[in-house]
Amino acid sequence: MPSRALILAGAAYAASALAFLTLGARGDWGFLLLFRGEKLLALSTVGAAVALSTLVFQTITGNRILTPAIMGFDALYVMIQTALVFLLGGVGFASLGALPVFALETALMVAAATGLFTFVMGRGDDMNRLVLTGIVFGILLRSLSALMARMIDPSEYAYVQAASYARFTNVDGDLLWIAVAVVLAVGALVLAQARRLDVLALGRATALTLGVAHERAARRLMWLVTLLVAVSTALVGPIVFFGLLVSAVTYQIAGTWRHAVLLPLSALIAAALLVASQTLFERVLSLQSSVFVVIEALGGLVFLYLVLRRTPR
Amino acid sequence: MSHRSLFAGLALLIGASLLIGAGEVRADGDGLWLIAVSRAPRTAAALLAGAALAVAGVIMQMLARNRFVEPATVGTGPAAGLGLVAMTLLAPAAPLWLKMLAATLAALAATAVFLLMVRRLPPRDPLLVPLTGIVFGGILGAVTTFVAYENDLLQYIDIWMTGEFSGVMLGRYEFLWLAGGAALLAYAYANRFTIAGMGEEMSRTLGLSYGQVMALGLGIVSVVTAVTVVTVGMLPFVGLVVPNIASRLRGDNLRQSLPALAALGAGLVLGCDILGRVIWHPYEMPVGTVLGVIGAGVFLWLLHSPRAHAV
Repeated sequence: MPSRALILAGAAYAASALAFLTLGARGDWGFLLLFRGEKLLALSTVGAAVALSTLVFQTITGNRILTPAIMGFDALYVMIQTALVFLLGGVGFASLGALPVFALETALMVAAATGLFTFVMGRGDDMNRLVLTGIVFGILLRSLSALMARMIDPSEYAYVQAASYARFTNVDGDLLWIAVAVVLAVGALVLAQARRLDVLALGRATALTLGVAHERAARRLMWLVTLLVAVSTALVGPIVFFGLLVSAVTYQIAGTWRHAVLLPLSALIAAALLVASQTLFERVLSLQSSVFVVIEALGGLVFLYLVLRRTPR
Repeated sequence: MSHRSLFAGLALLIGASLLIGAGEVRADGDGLWLIAVSRAPRTAAALLAGAALAVAGVIMQMLARNRFVEPATVGTGPAAGLGLVAMTLLAPAAPLWLKMLAATLAALAATAVFLLMVRRLPPRDPLLVPLTGIVFGGILGAVTTFVAYENDLLQYIDIWMTGEFSGVMLGRYEFLWLAGGAALLAYAYANRFTIAGMGEEMSRTLGLSYGQVMALGLGIVSVVTAVTVVTVGMLPFVGLVVPNIASRLRGDNLRQSLPALAALGAGLVLGCDILGRVIWHPYEMPVGTVLGVIGAGVFLWLLHSPRAHAV
């Protein structure tokens, strides 16, 4: 029952959003709702960006354990950010302003991702080698970032640090609105292509037979994926396994392969998961730790489950 | 590459390591003192850690029967770190050897769990093994980060876990000889490990007690990893890259390849350490970071070079 899954996920999201806004509230409601509302919006945006990018990426690469983050897209963003601070200096970097920096970083990322993507499609036959390449590539990029970060003046390092750890404390106001706009626009574009994604999911040969230009469609979709990854990384930093967790849950409860259902469902699940766990962390357990650490561990466990459960074909 | 050229290269690196650093070595009492207290111990530490990690790596690869695993990524290293954090929280006053023991036990448990998981993986997917190991290590790392974050130990962990030799002085690295001893033990049992690397059935047919060799290998890998993590921090990729290169140069008979393998590992770590001292003189780049860049590059090359198909 696809529609029921959507309704359930929607209800879960609404409930967690309500809990996030009202639980443990004291003082002026006007201020509180504004303050918490902004955080809620940021969490939901990040959830939707991660969910949509992962799902689309998995459909066009035709597998279930690959995500943009596992392939090193997030590390790429951190590396570009570090390189910019390293080359321009902290003052030069800061004087650019949030929007131009974001645009510049995204442009560089799209260029790099196109190269990576050509590589992905060229070697589609050997998925495991590809995943391993992605992970090691990620380690390489992180080490390069660490190398440059060491040489950056400590007072300028703050600009880098903000980008290199997943955290959810101070979300830049300007950036948030850009992110919301981008995710809404890209989400609409992707959703409009839901039928084409259904066909792409059948594999390259079948898609070509059915009259979808596989390479061109996949390339365009990959640009959108890159945009989404850039948005979520810019907002909260790199999160590696969360997308995997979301897509696994989505496939499990969707009961359909139609992307018109899968896409909004995954976005709702991701947003609900993020908001609910943030509520649990901040309000109920009053832990100071970043919620992403726990989400990472959960996502990793899902990966192990997926891999170990698989019986030899 | 012959043994002679390999060891000549290593001797050159050792000479360079004794002379290069932030301070200048002069031919007088001060210079000798500098070498005796700082440079020589540092060089010895890099050699010991590199050789032992390379040996631990090749044994890990024989146990898991997969060329793309190494202790630092499959959970042994992160588990040692977790054991260290646990000891720091539960018994901060404990002596170093007790902390090291806790780290070793944690490493042992994690490696055993990893090997159990490997047995459940489909044998036709060799690259799933390192993948599973990396994710398993990632989970252990996330637990460590969580515990450290809640107790304001994040920076302490970061510094402790990043492999670095700049803190090595006389009296601060001697535990590494333990790792060296474990590597020697591996050499003594080299023939048995070579046979164990052919698989359980073949080992039994050849009259080898497979379980005992596995247990010994687990012990060596855990001790080497825990000792290096506690004394100098995590040195990624040494146990991965060096055995692959040594196998191409000298084959898979450990009795023949272990000396060259140990020399290559020692040379790699020492070389990266020297590079870390020069790159940004007079400041230093931690060897763990340099290894991360160089090791990852070499690994990608290994993964995609034509010979890699013979996994």
